[in-house]
Amino acid sequence: MSDDIYREIILDHYRNPRNKGKLALADVSVHDSNPLCGDEIDIHLKIESNKVQEIKFEGRGCAISQASASMLTEMVMGKELEFLKDLRKEDILENIGLTNLGPARIKCALLSLKVLKVGMIKYYTEKDPAYAEKINGDSQSY
Amino acid sequence: MQKGILDTNTLRDDFPILKRKIGGTSEIVYLDNAATTQKPLAVIRSIAEYYMNHNSNIHRAVYDFAEESTRAYELTRDKVAKFINARFVEEIVFTRNTTESLNLLAYSWGRNNIKEGDEILITELEHHSNIVPWQVLARKTGAKLCYVGIDDNGYLDLDYFIQKVETGTVKLVSLSHMSNVLGTIVPIKRIIKSAHKFGIPVIVDGAQSVPHMPVDVQELDCDFLAFSAHKMLGPTGVGILFGKRELIENMDPFLAGGDMIKEVFKNETIYNEVPYKFEAGTPNIADVVGFAAALDYLSEIGMDKIRKHEIELTDYALDCLSSVEQLTVYGPSKAIDRGGVISFNIGDIHPHDLATILNKRGIAIRSGHHCAQVLMERLKVSSTSRASFYIYNTMKDIDKLMYALNEARRIFRL
Repeated sequence: MSDDIYREIILDHYRNPRNKGKLALADVSVHDSNPLCGDEIDIHLKIESNKVQEIKFEGRGCAISQASASMLTEMVMGKELEFLKDLRKEDILENIGLTNLGPARIKCALLSLKVLKVGMIKYYTEKDPAYAEKINGDSQSY
Repeated sequence: MQKGILDTNTLRDDFPILKRKIGGTSEIVYLDNAATTQKPLAVIRSIAEYYMNHNSNIHRAVYDFAEESTRAYELTRDKVAKFINARFVEEIVFTRNTTESLNLLAYSWGRNNIKEGDEILITELEHHSNIVPWQVLARKTGAKLCYVGIDDNGYLDLDYFIQKVETGTVKLVSLSHMSNVLGTIVPIKRIIKSAHKFGIPVIVDGAQSVPHMPVDVQELDCDFLAFSAHKMLGPTGVGILFGKRELIENMDPFLAGGDMIKEVFKNETIYNEVPYKFEAGTPNIADVVGFAAALDYLSEIGMDKIRKHEIELTDYALDCLSSVEQLTVYGPSKAIDRGGVISFNIGDIHPHDLATILNKRGIAIRSGHHCAQVLMERLKVSSTSRASFYIYNTMKDIDKLMYALNEARRIFRL
């Protein structure tokens, strides 16, 4: 039964989200929503020497979308931007332990990754447009 | 359990889809009737029979098939007119759905009758289909869109409504007869009477009311009424627009092309008479024909009985839901003031999570904003879960819903 979607770890991140809030002086902030569910995610990034120095998220929505965002912030904190760029949806689903989601709910799980990718593109558009274009091409599958 | 108003056991046999097993082993509990209803065999067979024996285009050719098709298509129009007690059969226009009916009005009536500075009055209860066309019209004409608010129990602010229509600037009232989220049934007859005192025409969005209770356009004296076949056992792709003959006769066409014409010259066209003026192109003939079977099915049961059945179910459901801790029901607390639509939230379980858990137990409910984001904002929620009933639902369905809701609470450790 898919009730095991709602395992302890998902409920824990839903009710006690990590890295939730605003980020003063963020280098990049991105918002997106899922019109189907009404889930909303904002991601704020502080980047230094091509590393995620700090990441925060704000949002509202279902347990899957919010827990996934919370777990994503833990996953990328302190990581090289190169690592973020290479993140695939399979990595996210594996990270949150939900590899069997249906087409409707998978969008909830991947909303935060989509926002993060847009954030990366936004960040590089100023610094290195050619590189931004490359990330954009790589993430067309979202 | 006492015997209900409808013989649901026999009736359910007419709906093959209700036998499908979803998730576990039990038959589906379908509680998303405000979105669309299931179809009885009579409707499904009628469509198949049309394609197997009569298929042809209508209103033109003279061979037998074509005459049969035309006759069947027009027979549905007669039945619709009778169903809502229209004075003239010409007052019934077939569209694709309620949304198209409302867009037709915003375009064909609105652009000739609404001008800069006028006010269009709608309510906070509206579905997006009765908001967005008026926003478009207001932007196009420079008119203003105004909303009648609701109180915390989902009842319309009638004092505001009266005040507003007295000002003389309101040129159109368009409102839902029954909310698709809260189930609120609005006092439509009183509203129409007040608006008419000031010569303001009233459009009634009957998408949720016509399938669930007797609606008599002459008794209500509404100027226009829009509804959809698929929410009342009929096929998708068939909408109905009722309009008083003198009003629709003076309206411009919405779509132009074949079948809506009398004579076409190089630079001008004489339009066909109503209702054909509004039915350009080959219509959805097979589904219109199938809709007649749905109307027969409902008429045989009787709309009064259907309404009573739903009051009984709603009353029972409201009672059961009130016993669940941390559960909030939105809208009127009395079953008599609402249709069989119940929106609710439980603790911090998001409606989409709840719907996922219920789906695994074979229960289909709707979760989200229900195409009513203005209302969601008024209720200060981003979404709700919604259970909505129809003729084939039983108290046992509600018992299964209650059991599953308690399971959801356990899973979420509430």
